[in-house]
Amino acid sequence: MTMHIGQAARRENARRHLAGRGRFVSDLALPRMLHAVFVRSPMARGRIFEIDTSEASACPGVVRIFTAAELNARCTPWIGTLGHFAGMQSPPMNILAEDEVLWTGHPVAMVLARSRAEAEDAAELVMLDIEDAEPVTDGAAALRPGAPLANPAARDNLCYEAVLETADVDAAFAGAAHVVEASMTFGRHTAVTLEPRAVIADFDASSGALTVHHGTQTPYQFQDVYSRHFGLPEGKVRVIAPDVGGSFGMKLHVYNEEMGAVAASLILGRPVRYVADRLESFLSDIHARDHIVQGRMALDAEGTILAMEVNDLTQVGAISAYPRTSAAEGNQVIRLMGAPYRMSDYRGRLSVAFQNKVQTSQYRAVGHPIACAVTEALVERAAEATGLDPFEIRARNLIADDAYPHVSATGYQFEKLSHQACLAKLHEMMEPDALRAEHASLRKQGIYRGFGIASFVEITNPGAAFYGVGGARISAQDGAVVRMMPSGDIHCAISVTEQGQGTETIIAQVVADQLGVTPERVSVTTGDTATTPSGGATWACRGAGIGGETALRAGRRLRDRILTLAGALVQADPASLRLENGAVVDATGAARITLEEIGRIATYRPDTLPDGIDHSLTVAHHFAPTGYPFDFTNGIQGSLVEVDVETGLVRILKHWVVEDCGRIINPLLVDEQIRGGVVQGLGPAFFEECQYDADGQLTNGSLADYLVPMACEMPDIEIAHIETPTGDTILGAKGVGEAGTAAAGAAAMNAVNDALRPFGARLTQTPMTPLRILDALDAAREERTDP
Amino acid sequence: MKHLLTTTVNGEQVQEAVSPRTSLADFLREDMGLTGTHLGCEMGACGACLVLMDGAPVHACLVLAVQAEGCTVETIEGLTETGAAADLQARFHDRNALQCGYCTNGMLMSAQALLAANPDPSRDEIRDALSGNYCRCTGYEAIVDAIAATASDRAALPETKAEAAE
Repeated sequence: MTMHIGQAARRENARRHLAGRGRFVSDLALPRMLHAVFVRSPMARGRIFEIDTSEASACPGVVRIFTAAELNARCTPWIGTLGHFAGMQSPPMNILAEDEVLWTGHPVAMVLARSRAEAEDAAELVMLDIEDAEPVTDGAAALRPGAPLANPAARDNLCYEAVLETADVDAAFAGAAHVVEASMTFGRHTAVTLEPRAVIADFDASSGALTVHHGTQTPYQFQDVYSRHFGLPEGKVRVIAPDVGGSFGMKLHVYNEEMGAVAASLILGRPVRYVADRLESFLSDIHARDHIVQGRMALDAEGTILAMEVNDLTQVGAISAYPRTSAAEGNQVIRLMGAPYRMSDYRGRLSVAFQNKVQTSQYRAVGHPIACAVTEALVERAAEATGLDPFEIRARNLIADDAYPHVSATGYQFEKLSHQACLAKLHEMMEPDALRAEHASLRKQGIYRGFGIASFVEITNPGAAFYGVGGARISAQDGAVVRMMPSGDIHCAISVTEQGQGTETIIAQVVADQLGVTPERVSVTTGDTATTPSGGATWACRGAGIGGETALRAGRRLRDRILTLAGALVQADPASLRLENGAVVDATGAARITLEEIGRIATYRPDTLPDGIDHSLTVAHHFAPTGYPFDFTNGIQGSLVEVDVETGLVRILKHWVVEDCGRIINPLLVDEQIRGGVVQGLGPAFFEECQYDADGQLTNGSLADYLVPMACEMPDIEIAHIETPTGDTILGAKGVGEAGTAAAGAAAMNAVNDALRPFGARLTQTPMTPLRILDALDAAREERTDP
Repeated sequence: MKHLLTTTVNGEQVQEAVSPRTSLADFLREDMGLTGTHLGCEMGACGACLVLMDGAPVHACLVLAVQAEGCTVETIEGLTETGAAADLQARFHDRNALQCGYCTNGMLMSAQALLAANPDPSRDEIRDALSGNYCRCTGYEAIVDAIAATASDRAALPETKAEAAE
């Protein structure tokens, strides 16, 4: 029988999008719906004296204007800390600014009108009297004694700090033959989902029920948040996430505006819609990264890595994001450093600093690109210092494929990875010797090309160690209800969600294989707390690994149920039966009864069944990961670039990825996850940056000013796989959504620096803009002429 | 003061009173219920709102509804119903050239316009033609592949069919 796990099945739900029949929250309109527009702080830091809404209130179409006094009273404040981040602080946050404004764009008033246009007209007439205060816009300065406070409700500007060290790290550096160092800066960027954040909160006062149509990855998390913060019974809160136009981690955080829509709907008893416009997206969607890192690496004379030491300053907003915090990013940066390498000693220091900018938090590949870029830049410098080839130094230091299980110097437990096999495969794909020869000959014509590589690990399939242990009400388990319909078709309702990755497709493939049917006979429902069981949903690369395993186990329980019933119907031992091609077959492979016939009898003629037999063809199953705290994946990427040394422009010529995500459920979807991920890594490496001036004004908050990667700048991406299934589950799948993003920027930076090597120039800051490349060339020139 | 707009949308003549400031995108989405046209930036940078106006792709967010007076407007829903882009849509599906689906309308419009003007584009020409279409999910390669495959398919068609496909 054909197995569907492993097949490149197309996405059934893609057909709707191709026909223009996507159903996004931003497409939805409800009767009596009001449109919300927020009046925002024009300055990064200040004290509110007066908000005058009288003129705005008189505008046509305006139904209500809220300020903090009325709206915040409906909502308990949220605090973005986690218990396992010892000593972490974050002041409480509520919907609208009460006295202090804390970032440019901080909502201070909410206008509700019959149309968006009318609400915008009125919002312009809300008069704000806010006294300017000095903003904190530099994380390093923020941590100096006596620095002004980014948030007056905080003790100081240090949100969180942590140190991770082994006993012998100083001795390792003292005894090293080589020590290489790097100071690196990683710009602040943001998710720029093409569909902005969108919510419609619909409170029905007659029934006390709140329904929130919410473009999010995590409907259950928001069901809990809305229930607790608005004092509603959980059973009265329904969150529906229909089609979501991109999320990438950005749409699972709590935002002032969504909470505002819910509060307004509760007060007014009418549906309230908020859809961010693009400027608002830049001013309110979480930003990502924003790190300043100093790293050094100790090596022996043969080029063996002995130790690393790293200081990461993560610069966040004026509060820590809720409920996942703004500290998880930095925490993962210091824990992922050097992860692919056999390295016995390590010290990582993390400082997380408040600033008067948009809050930062988890975005695709949390912490990974930073840890990878620092580690791989140091490895590259180590190769230079020891005279080793980039492939050779990695071959000497990567954890050997036969050396598992392995515990990293930062405490991560690796079950089984395949770094060496990936490195060998990448070497075969890239043919570095040929590239080098070509580059040497092109240099004679004034063409500067370079390649770079970067090994990585990716954290996937997280258990409760991520958030649950810290007290966050974020589910580490998922649930599925699988049922056979009277026709013999199968339906699966599952808690993992779809944002275009292909979640529903792979769940259908997995369930189909357990029940001996084709995936076409399996329909899948996701994204609605009223119709699917509770679970963590899709984030941190858990959809395939944890969601897939949940579906597999649920499918097997239904299979057993069907076989028991079939045994009674055909007078056979259920243990001698199995499901194949839509029927129950015996040991000889002969079909004994079809699923359709079982469905018919169980549904319409249960009177003909033997007494006492269970004919319920619905099973519910929940699964939480056990075994390793995370299932790590691994891989390596290569980048080929050409740098125009006159203009600083970079052409990205080619990108390679070798990736090991364990069991591949659908190779078509896996490869497209990798490609999309790579481009989300290349974007911030070359283009994307939220630029702030010294006053804390975001100066490039539009798609004309904030550069995103476009088709003509992106390369073709060649992908290969090694498959090392995890033994933690029956399915053996790990995650893949963040792998591309984890190492693409690191490989690209090494490639740019390889191209600039003849000039002695080196980039240490992202994005690697033409200006920064020219500056690096200038600096190298000055150093040569004036040593 | 509303203006009485008469225009042809997906082959149907419509008359609707619209505010002078209403964009074509808002008119299509809110008044006509044609939500397949998406809004990503409302400043003509992302391409999610592309529609065909008198056969040429335009940003529906930058065109006022009143400017469509007497024009023919075709949206993704219309293109789907006529089958004019059915082969392109099928290739996008085969190649998984979409993930969240929010950019897909615009990608199809750009691709359709490109292939009408240049039936045999190189990969670079395809990438260039998509220079005003932002996709956050795919990394673009699958979209380029799908458009290239459609071009080959159409080239292999007998001439009459190829013309009909336009």
